[in-house]
Amino acid sequence: MLKGKQSWIFENKPVIQSTGVSGGPFEGNGNLAKDFDVLHEDLWMGKTSYEQAHRVLLEEAAQTALQKSGRTAEDIQFLLAGDLINQITPSSFAARDLKIPYFGLFGACSTSMEGLALSSFIVNYNGAKNILTGASSHNAAVEKQFRYPTEYGGQKPPTAQWTVTGAGVALLTENDGTYRNTPYTTAATIGKVMDMGLIDPFNMGGAMAPAAADTIQAHFNDLGVDASHYDLIVTGDLGKIGRDSVMALLKEKGIYTDENKFKDCGLLVYKSDQPVQSGGSGAGCSATVLYGHLLNEMKKGTYKRILVVATGALLSPLTVQQGESIPCIAHAVSIEI
Amino acid sequence: MAKKKKTPQQKQYEQLEKQFETKRPVVKNCIKAFFVGGIICALGQLFSFLYIYFFHFTEQTSGNPTSATIIFLSMLLTGFGIYDRLGQFAGAGSAVPVSGFGNSIISAAIEHRTEGFVLGVGGNIFKLAGSVILFGVFSAFVVALIKTIVLMARGVM
Repeated sequence: MLKGKQSWIFENKPVIQSTGVSGGPFEGNGNLAKDFDVLHEDLWMGKTSYEQAHRVLLEEAAQTALQKSGRTAEDIQFLLAGDLINQITPSSFAARDLKIPYFGLFGACSTSMEGLALSSFIVNYNGAKNILTGASSHNAAVEKQFRYPTEYGGQKPPTAQWTVTGAGVALLTENDGTYRNTPYTTAATIGKVMDMGLIDPFNMGGAMAPAAADTIQAHFNDLGVDASHYDLIVTGDLGKIGRDSVMALLKEKGIYTDENKFKDCGLLVYKSDQPVQSGGSGAGCSATVLYGHLLNEMKKGTYKRILVVATGALLSPLTVQQGESIPCIAHAVSIEI
Repeated sequence: MAKKKKTPQQKQYEQLEKQFETKRPVVKNCIKAFFVGGIICALGQLFSFLYIYFFHFTEQTSGNPTSATIIFLSMLLTGFGIYDRLGQFAGAGSAVPVSGFGNSIISAAIEHRTEGFVLGVGGNIFKLAGSVILFGVFSAFVVALIKTIVLMARGVM
């Protein structure tokens, strides 16, 4: 049901029955290694190209989610997935092998919540019984496309972020009231594209912060709640600079947020001694952290109600070279248990 | 590359965001670049001496084999995945010497190997180094032209 200007309420509370999370070597050495279902020691993952390895990540995450739920691919009506690679080929190629009717999504690093919001909407209105939704990224494949060759010895500034190698997939299903201690989605807010004129592609967090602030504000206005409604508000991949900026922006807008209840997936995923500059990023960042770590914590009882705000920078290497600024977007989904 | 005028709102945000931006440690980076770059150049000087003393090279001709050796070493380090880490540490120190040139070529070649030898390696090997070669050759041409004109004007030639 539409609520306010740009939010949906999911009265039927679609259930996130199971999730699958895969990751690479850097994530295996990271902060949340135990929350990954599949971890690879090699970036190639037994394939001959990074793009193929990228596809493997999504396939494995999807298979894991299916296995955990006891369902097969035939039980799934739709797959909603996306990534950062040109023409989202890793997701589409994985969809070919999974043989599930497919919606390809592109919302850059906000794809995870774009997918979860749309899936919740479809399941809520009986458009499907079961949906798989997820997002993925592969560090080397993304670096190759957006920046320099992986082995190029360029120095990254401290504002840069490290693309997560990983995929997170969730299996969304109708809530028949039999699920206990299983998270479900209750609302979503779709963000609008914001451009604050920043042009530095090595400072995505700073560029994306206004989009996150705008979506959070819209969410609170539409639902008539404030920050205290949630045990945790977690952003997708803002990193250090983005998180500080969004906190300041919210304060400016008169929205009070508790520093301890405002986290960022990009800051959670790696250890502080890993050379990731400002934090993690990429479409797989919010997907792996939410579908792995955060949902596990919810099941343990750490959080009862969270708001996930995935942010995406809608740039391409071409627009950067042509001197265009970086438009950004953020989508929010609230999850309860 | 037309720069769009920023709205007051955008300017205001830019200022807010600036205070949270982690600054590049410029002085520290310069010191690191100075020492790493210096070490690479000292190594080059060593090779240069070796070529003069053990082979029949002179001070003028030892430059080519020295560059080739340094490029070869940087290619090995790139292939083993070490040079990009050195680059993150040293910045300009490992980018400016000829070893950085070698790294930019071989890293692009490795990266695009998956697209085949002709369109992948061949088409992309100079992706980064291409502009160095173009503008390097062009500026050498301009400098040589100026030198020639000056010498002609002074009636030396």
